[in-house]
Amino acid sequence: MFKLNIFFVVVLIACALGIVTSQHTARKLFMALENEKEIEQKLDVEWGRLQLEQSTLIMHGRIEHIAREHLNMMAPAASNIQIVSIDAAEDRPDLKSLLP
Amino acid sequence: MIKNEISQIKLSAWRSFLLFSLLVLGLVSLIARAAYLQGMHNDFLQEKGESRYSRVIEMNADRGMITDRNGQILAISSPIASIYADPKVVKITPEQLKQLSNLLETPATTIDDRIKKENSRFVYLKRQVVPDIAEKILKLKIQGIYSTHESKRYYPESEFAAHVLGFTDINDEGQEGVERGWQKILASELGSRRVIKDNKGRIIEDIEKIRLPKQGQDLILSIDRRIQYRAHAELKEAVKANKAKAGSIVVLDAQTGEILALTNLPVYNPNNRSTISNERIRNRALIDTFEPGSTLKPFTVAIAMEVGKVNANTVMQTSPGMMQVGRRTIRDVNNKGELTVAQVIQQSSNVGTAKIALSLAPQTMWEMFNRSGFGIPTNSGFPGEASGILRPYNTWRPIEQATMSYGHGISTSLMQLARAYTIFTSGGELKPISLLKQTMPVMGQRVISRDTALAMSHMLEMATKPGGTAPLAQINGYRVAGKTGTAHKLIDGQYAKKHYISTFVGFAPVSNPRLIIAVMMDEPSAGKYFGGAVAAPIFNKVMTSALRILNIPPDAPANNVVTFTAAPEMDDEG
Repeated sequence: MFKLNIFFVVVLIACALGIVTSQHTARKLFMALENEKEIEQKLDVEWGRLQLEQSTLIMHGRIEHIAREHLNMMAPAASNIQIVSIDAAEDRPDLKSLLP
Repeated sequence: MIKNEISQIKLSAWRSFLLFSLLVLGLVSLIARAAYLQGMHNDFLQEKGESRYSRVIEMNADRGMITDRNGQILAISSPIASIYADPKVVKITPEQLKQLSNLLETPATTIDDRIKKENSRFVYLKRQVVPDIAEKILKLKIQGIYSTHESKRYYPESEFAAHVLGFTDINDEGQEGVERGWQKILASELGSRRVIKDNKGRIIEDIEKIRLPKQGQDLILSIDRRIQYRAHAELKEAVKANKAKAGSIVVLDAQTGEILALTNLPVYNPNNRSTISNERIRNRALIDTFEPGSTLKPFTVAIAMEVGKVNANTVMQTSPGMMQVGRRTIRDVNNKGELTVAQVIQQSSNVGTAKIALSLAPQTMWEMFNRSGFGIPTNSGFPGEASGILRPYNTWRPIEQATMSYGHGISTSLMQLARAYTIFTSGGELKPISLLKQTMPVMGQRVISRDTALAMSHMLEMATKPGGTAPLAQINGYRVAGKTGTAHKLIDGQYAKKHYISTFVGFAPVSNPRLIIAVMMDEPSAGKYFGGAVAAPIFNKVMTSALRILNIPPDAPANNVVTFTAAPEMDDEG
């Protein structure tokens, strides 16, 4: 009887220590998770900022300005446009590569 | 004697009994107290204990993004911080003050003044600070200086899409446009949760979620950012050139009724609240109504053809360019003589249209206008949309029926007018307007037969050709159809002599219509005021760009086609 009690006391202590360690690991893991969540949020903010930046950079007006003023580009006049019909392109080896 | 007495004192039994019972009573009360604390009072105590190390923290949620039909961002919320101080608590060294003033880009004296307002406990040092800088400020660890999380709404298109999007107020509540109309979908709600923090301030355990955060839903509009930009840029130029008071453009997908672009002038910049005024906020294309003038003629003629009163080649006598109805006279700009019905549309004859209208029963005409959506709001979802006025037919007098046939005595918004033209582009069906991207084919409501719609589409094409009222609407390489409108403005119930509204509604390519563009100019005052001279050129520019942007193949190639097998179908007038 006495031996059995000793045995149970040992088991009890072991369980208690187990609880303490697992609680500790749980908290550590939880902290790591919180950390990651914080990083996620920061990246989310960053992503939003980058999207905003991209959206500002690709503004039509900006591109048009750069194309016209810096690159001296212009929209071709109708008289300068050649329309290639698909039938025509199929017959011409040099135009065939343009087909989808 | 006395010595012996002590040892021989006999204690009475009640004394030991009393002592014993006192001890037992003490023990019992201790047990009871323990049981009370552990058992019945447990919750309260645990709460007290937790409050020493548990904290409630906010869970962020952002307002939904608004994008155009291709996923390009039109409105986005970005977190931003506000720096505030509690003057009662603030302790700052001159060195810290200098650093703070550098980071905030605010003079040190200003900060100093604010911090020294001793009677208040809350003062903003700067609102809307970039999060990075806010973090640096917090790292200075100045006592009594804190930051809050807020979010700011950005509109990368600034004024170019202002009337479509609207804006939000400081509490993230939509005030105008899509932001207001779709507030419920876009809105987010902050959440909060209770956590346990350790002595280093790290979160070590979640206790409960007090309120779950609700992320705002993203919204995909039917707007095409590129076309929207082009439309606004051209409108801006034209309003300036024509010295107009205001102007609007609506671009619709001719098959689905989706709004591809919608813009008005004057406008404001949603990123800069100081530019907002009542006059600039008005989304004129939807809120303001006007008398559409000749742009309404196709509907009168279409119903006359539908019920078999006329066909495209029926000859109408419009000579001598005026016509008496009751005590009033209807006039044309000049005497146009004998015209076919097609020419009535092409040359926009009031007399011809009035004659056709008077051959119809008022009810028939009313039903046509009604089914074309006049007098009925477009339900685009915009706040404050106007429905226009279409009076019941039993109140019409003949002169009213005659003038209504060419767009007077009836009022409509530009959006309604553009919507009505879907009848001619989709084979006779009125398509519902939508501001959200449609993924399914859109069902319309049949108003006229396919044949009538096609015939009318051809007549409208003639209007953009030599001899028509709007040759300036013509686009090289494409078949274009449309109708001009010039109406005297109604001011205080009277037609103003020199104030006009010039309109043009048109579509292209005629062989398979893809786009409808409606243009309205309010009080052009640089000399020109006819719809064909003022509104048609804007239509032309926007349509040309939009056709190119959407890669729509030309349906009326000139002689610039590389071809070897068979000649492509050429339009007879090229």
